[in-house]
Amino acid sequence: MSDEVTAEILTTHILDLAKNGRRLDGRGSDDYRNISVEPGFVSTADGSALARIGDTAVVCGIKLEPGKPFPDTPNAGVLTTNAELVPLSSPMFEPGPPHPRAIEVSRVVDRAIRAAETIDLTKLCVTPAEKCWTCFVDMHVIDHGGNIIDTASLAALTALTHATLPSQRFGIAETDTPLAVQHFPVECTFTRLGDVVVVDPTVDEERAGQGRLTIATDEAGNIVAMQKGLVGAFSPEDVKDLVERAFRHGDRLRAIAQGA
Amino acid sequence: MGSVGAKDVPVLMSPEGRRIDGRKVDELRSLRITAGALRQADGSAFVEWGANKVMAAVYGPREVHPRHLQENNKAIVQCRYNMAAFSVDERKRPGLDRRSQEISKVIAEAFESVIFVEEYPRTSIDVYIEVLQANAGTRCAGLVAASVALADAGIPMVDLLPAVAVGKVAGHVVLDLKKEEDNYGEADLPMALVPQSGRLVLLQMEGHMNREELAKALDLGVLGCRKIYEEMKRALRERYGPTGASGPMEVAA
Repeated sequence: MSDEVTAEILTTHILDLAKNGRRLDGRGSDDYRNISVEPGFVSTADGSALARIGDTAVVCGIKLEPGKPFPDTPNAGVLTTNAELVPLSSPMFEPGPPHPRAIEVSRVVDRAIRAAETIDLTKLCVTPAEKCWTCFVDMHVIDHGGNIIDTASLAALTALTHATLPSQRFGIAETDTPLAVQHFPVECTFTRLGDVVVVDPTVDEERAGQGRLTIATDEAGNIVAMQKGLVGAFSPEDVKDLVERAFRHGDRLRAIAQGA
Repeated sequence: MGSVGAKDVPVLMSPEGRRIDGRKVDELRSLRITAGALRQADGSAFVEWGANKVMAAVYGPREVHPRHLQENNKAIVQCRYNMAAFSVDERKRPGLDRRSQEISKVIAEAFESVIFVEEYPRTSIDVYIEVLQANAGTRCAGLVAASVALADAGIPMVDLLPAVAVGKVAGHVVLDLKKEEDNYGEADLPMALVPQSGRLVLLQMEGHMNREELAKALDLGVLGCRKIYEEMKRALRERYGPTGASGPMEVAA
């Protein structure tokens, strides 16, 4: 049977199960798969983490290097976020220039980190208009089992939380200091399966789904970013309901990122 | 948002609750849509919305390029949202940056949610959006233009797709941000509504909003979309109604 036919059968099966509130892997509609993080996974980075949600794995590495502030923000450091969907992570991904899918992941994670003011960028300024720290957040998706955005965002927050400013290496200060993280945004992603909206979709659920909604929350009760993606729709009432679910999951994801 | 270290923040809300351009919190900027503004495209529309000028064109259903993207059971929807170098204050480098690619992706997905794609297997419906003059809300203006262009091209759809950005400015939830409000405001939330089902097919957000503000923003956005929907229908009636012109129309100067 062709992949197309098996995918079609699987989609029908997933949607049929969802009608009775069931999922292929036995989870309830509001259950995440197993979540784990391993801070300091890469010793060459200034901060790093391997995050896993179910079969999905993302490595995030933080690199901090001296740079020049942007002319319009002379008193702030620079934050750069990038996501790579490397071909080893899935038969769906091919080598080549970044696919819009990868760009979306990096921009959605970037939006949450930036809007939540996770790092006080003014503290990354060394000499106004001349010298600042540039913070590179690079996320490598190494195993794609669905829900890349949440896994990448968890990896990024964990890596940032455990990062150190390498001041000695660049002769900026006598001692290295921890990167000050002041807020803790995490993303929470849902997929519609018929009338049911499930959290933390697998690859097969993403394919069967009728729209995806990601909601990023911070620890202070703010929604800091959202992104609806893929083909499908949500009512405003759906969104309000999903915001409540996102806050509940967010608190747990935050605790995991902070090593609680 | 994006205002780290910025100075000279303008007064965005007067004590009387008026905005920087005198609008009330739930008031849209002026909007004028011209359906069928171009001659070569299968469908087109020009949108003048506040100080935004956006042109959209639709080609197809036609052969898929590149070929390997072809789907056997449906049409694919491809979108290219592009900003002209001269559309912003400081010249923008030509070509698609990451922001444009992300916007192109979510707009294509929004349209694929309402077009009857299964009617046209192995074809592509290509949507082109050119932002000629930008003043915040260009993705919504582009979406509105493209939606009217799709209707002008005769592509069967569930409904037109009105879109608008809601935001938070000086602590108030407001409709249809203009540039200063977008630059110095606290949140931006673009959305596109399917009027018939009341569901959202595009939804993005950046900034800070609590639950109550978000709920208010969603409701305000839906109301805004319903007003924009009327102007979209008016533009199509103007072109196709009994009193409308029959040939392509000149773009208003």
